Amino acid sequence: MAVLANSRRELDSQQFPWPIMLAAPLLAVFLQAYLPLRYPRLDVFDLPLLVVIYFSVSRRSPIAGTLIGAVVGLLQDGVTHQPVGIHGIANTIIGFLAASIGLRIDVDNPITRMLMIFAFTLVDSFLYVVIVRHLIAEPLAWSWVHQIVRAAVNVALGLVLFAALDRTRLRD
Amino acid sequence: METFLERYKNIMVLSVVLLAQFLGLAVQVRTPAARGSDGKGVRLLRYWVVAMMSPPEKVMSHTGTGVRGFWGNYIDLRNTRDENQALRAQVEQLRLEQAALLEDAKQGHRLQELLDFRQKYIYTTVPAQVIGTGGSDESRILTIDKGSKEGLKRDQPVITPDGIVGKLVEVFPHTSQVLEINDQTSGAGVLLEKTRMRGVLRGNAYGQPQIINVLPDDRVKPGEHVVTSGGDQIFPRGLAVGTVVKVVSDPDREPYVDIVLKPAANLQHLDEVLVVTETSDQLPAAAQRDLAKSEAAGAEEVEMQRASDVLAEKLPGLEDPNAPKGDDASKDAAVDLRPLKPLSAARPDRFSPSEVRPAAQMTPGKAPVITSSARTNEPMNEGAQPVRRPKKPAANPNGATPTDGTAKPAPHVNQESFIIPGTATGPDKPLTNPQRTGASTAPEKTSAAILRAAPGAVTREQHQ
Repeated sequence: MAVLANSRRELDSQQFPWPIMLAAPLLAVFLQAYLPLRYPRLDVFDLPLLVVIYFSVSRRSPIAGTLIGAVVGLLQDGVTHQPVGIHGIANTIIGFLAASIGLRIDVDNPITRMLMIFAFTLVDSFLYVVIVRHLIAEPLAWSWVHQIVRAAVNVALGLVLFAALDRTRLRD
Repeated sequence: METFLERYKNIMVLSVVLLAQFLGLAVQVRTPAARGSDGKGVRLLRYWVVAMMSPPEKVMSHTGTGVRGFWGNYIDLRNTRDENQALRAQVEQLRLEQAALLEDAKQGHRLQELLDFRQKYIYTTVPAQVIGTGGSDESRILTIDKGSKEGLKRDQPVITPDGIVGKLVEVFPHTSQVLEINDQTSGAGVLLEKTRMRGVLRGNAYGQPQIINVLPDDRVKPGEHVVTSGGDQIFPRGLAVGTVVKVVSDPDREPYVDIVLKPAANLQHLDEVLVVTETSDQLPAAAQRDLAKSEAAGAEEVEMQRASDVLAEKLPGLEDPNAPKGDDASKDAAVDLRPLKPLSAARPDRFSPSEVRPAAQMTPGKAPVITSSARTNEPMNEGAQPVRRPKKPAANPNGATPTDGTAKPAPHVNQESFIIPGTATGPDKPLTNPQRTGASTAPEKTSAAILRAAPGAVTREQHQ
């Protein structure tokens, strides 16, 4: 089970029905806003980030990843009271990086997915704290232990979510 | 040129997108005042996002509420009657308490008028359902299902019966966003209930509301209640905010400290909230009616009390005014619960109940022997309880008075005899207890048996 892509097929861009491409980010933002209302502990999930990672690595296009990240991030900012752009910037960078990495590795490999989700979740946290503390100069409580736990939880959720989204792919 | 664009197009797109967002971010955070009110572009973005999110959120919330409400109502109906009675009793009790506090409240209002202080009462509220959150533990935002169409406006306070929740920061036609009091950008004027210290409430980085920039004061203890001060012109005065959890020093602003609170309202689990849409100097009409009702109930209670006092003064008391005063317990203890016994005859004779030997000392078929006391007119029943006579030595059967102090009293002296209500006493009608002796139910018994059954009693048959 190789982590790096070793065939042209593994590097092909994955196609999805446009309703899925449209509905998945909206549903992710919706659930992210709704679930903590009933189960406050679930705010540890980051569904929009997982959707950005998945579609970015699947499309294997940095431009597409950038745009997907920007749109989802701005949507996420829209439901908060924070300045619009905090999640937008972070997710834009994540989308770009995920798409760039997707050109080189086998993104269907579960181990690859686990490492990828874990790393991107931590990078997203790092970008968030940099933006909040240094760009808009707001105090922010931060615990890297909490962020590692959060990353691990999102890995578990991401594996399930990615497997579900795999079923929506368009076959050749 | 074409090769350059082709080669770096990914980076260029990324740069353009990031640059646009950085510029937008810079515009928003340019001044602190700008944070309070979003620009048109940002507001438009928020509006569209909320417009997309709120319909499914409303559907989910109302569906969940409906299911929970249906089930809850069904279950609650089983206890509604008892609960209703208990609540009615509680309402009556509270009315009386309210009436008792009414005078103090009126006095307070008069003093406030003298000071030209205007108390703001919550006049109208709009109940709203919480349908969403900010989706991030760094953004303490709630989305509610009421908006400007229902009369909501920006900066209106949002409360629950337990305490304050926050204020409206964005109002859309059918939805609104509430900034909770534990958000770092929130602010509310508060007052510590006991120490009367005032301060500004703001959320800290951990999502806890805290009073910031307070001078250290040893009187502030955990558990002290905090209420709104009304100084922020948003929250009416006197609403519950929370209780003091701890006092922590502020490293950035020595020697000031921050007082961390536990919010009175459960900010983690909010289903329904009240948006205060109008405040007034006067109490709401419903509250005034309720107050008048309580006042009437209190006056009625006072009148009833007064009437009972007058009656108590006019009517004679059942207690003997000359009786020595003592507590009820000592009175109860003084009551003699021992069985009644006949008084000793002033001049005992052979018919006297205590002048017959015990049945154990009698011989069946022989007439009972009368003790010498009957002949000597000396009482034999010195041990009988009701008799209050000075002790005298008991006479022995041969009539001699013991002088050595070893003589035992006659064995019959402690035997019981009874008085039956309505039973006449006299020489021809001896004291007998038909129930105890069985005389009325078993006339065929021998006299010895009867005597054994009732020692100390003499029957007519024996007498004859």
